[in-house]
Amino acid sequence: MKQLDVSAIKDGSVIDHIDSKSTLKVAEILNIKDEEDVVLVGMNLSSKYLGKKGIIKIGGKILDQKEVNKIALIAPNATVNIIKDYEVVKKFEVVVPEMIEGIVKCFNPNCVSNYGNVKTKQHLVSKNPLKLRCHYCERVMGANDIVLI
Amino acid sequence: MIGFKQRDIISILHFNKEELLYLLDVTKRMEQADYSNVLKGKVLAALFFEPSTRTRLSFETAMKRLGGMVVGFADSGTTSIAKGETLSDSVKTIEGYCDVIVLRHYREGAAQLVADIVDVPVINAGDGSNQHPTQTFLDLYTIQKTKGTLEGLKIGFLGDLKYGRTVHSLAYALAYFGTEMYFISPPNLRMPKDYMEELQSRHVVCHEAESLQGIGNFLDVIYCTRIQEERFADPIEFEKVRGIYRLSKSMLDGLGVKDDLKIMHPLPRVDEMDENLDGTNYAIYFEQARNGVPVRKAILATVLGAIE
Repeated sequence: MKQLDVSAIKDGSVIDHIDSKSTLKVAEILNIKDEEDVVLVGMNLSSKYLGKKGIIKIGGKILDQKEVNKIALIAPNATVNIIKDYEVVKKFEVVVPEMIEGIVKCFNPNCVSNYGNVKTKQHLVSKNPLKLRCHYCERVMGANDIVLI
Repeated sequence: MIGFKQRDIISILHFNKEELLYLLDVTKRMEQADYSNVLKGKVLAALFFEPSTRTRLSFETAMKRLGGMVVGFADSGTTSIAKGETLSDSVKTIEGYCDVIVLRHYREGAAQLVADIVDVPVINAGDGSNQHPTQTFLDLYTIQKTKGTLEGLKIGFLGDLKYGRTVHSLAYALAYFGTEMYFISPPNLRMPKDYMEELQSRHVVCHEAESLQGIGNFLDVIYCTRIQEERFADPIEFEKVRGIYRLSKSMLDGLGVKDDLKIMHPLPRVDEMDENLDGTNYAIYFEQARNGVPVRKAILATVLGAIE
């Protein structure tokens, strides 16, 4: 029987195949500190594809699309499993959407989206390397420029 | 069939080559025939949150020469914006008074924001250091008219390439025409990295330099720009580059430039071009400014559906 590095959860979401170094960043954007159910975070676990991977298990929480989109921007190789009664009932890879709304702050300090109540929007230019073009000021930001709202 | 009716004019990135050439063709028609009443009864709202001479006045002239009317402001300090009204609220109100909005704003992306809010067409007359598409249309028209073609030219961009929105817009447009581009600036005013990457992804041959030495002798056009003091947060940084370039007749003679070299400038100039250039065959910047009227007539007439 396979020994699990991180214990199983009964119901909730498992984010697997996170690039190990991005694990805590993903944990931060999912705001796990406010969760009341079980949360398990593993880093530097061995992975056939990534060498070392991270994993986050959040009990009692089903991730919504906006949260999945956020993960895609930080950990493009991640997979999300939805667990019910210890069984995987849904499994999907995260995908950076063609249009990202209200998630990423524009890196241009003079962009109109950084003033007032303007909802930020970026168009996906390329997935690898990740490049996003601001809908408003048209500046193109790379992975290192991304600051999540 | 190319259609501009009710279209927002926000960024050169939104136009393909065929559409740019179509607009230049309509501009030529504007110079050749009388369209003096095609916009009778239409109202343009000119909302200028930043100073402007040529862009605002040429839009107003274009609208009036086509029979239309103009409302608006050249100083937002005299409007409810000064009382704290947001840009969004202002334009939601103003769209009820007009058929088209021309907007200049100091924030990048402001024109797109307004276009997303209102139903009337929005024309970007400059958004911060981002884009100035109607200037680009008139720049293209001027190059085509004076050089006879837009294809395969060697064009040097000189001065403030970091904040110069006219350079950003024009470089994107010329990428369609096989232009070899030379970007000449001090190190701290170079073309932003993402603009360079966009040009390279479109297979534009780009070169960067700090002076015209060794380049000026084979250029077809030098597009000179003002180093914009108002874009510098730090006055010390501005002082480092103030007056760094000064084109003059003797300087061009020393570089051995081509006889048919043309010097363009979006104006206003400060000290980057000597007045002794004005009477030479190189100088086409006042003609360039005059072309603002037929180009903006073409834009207004097509956007408002008066001609096809």
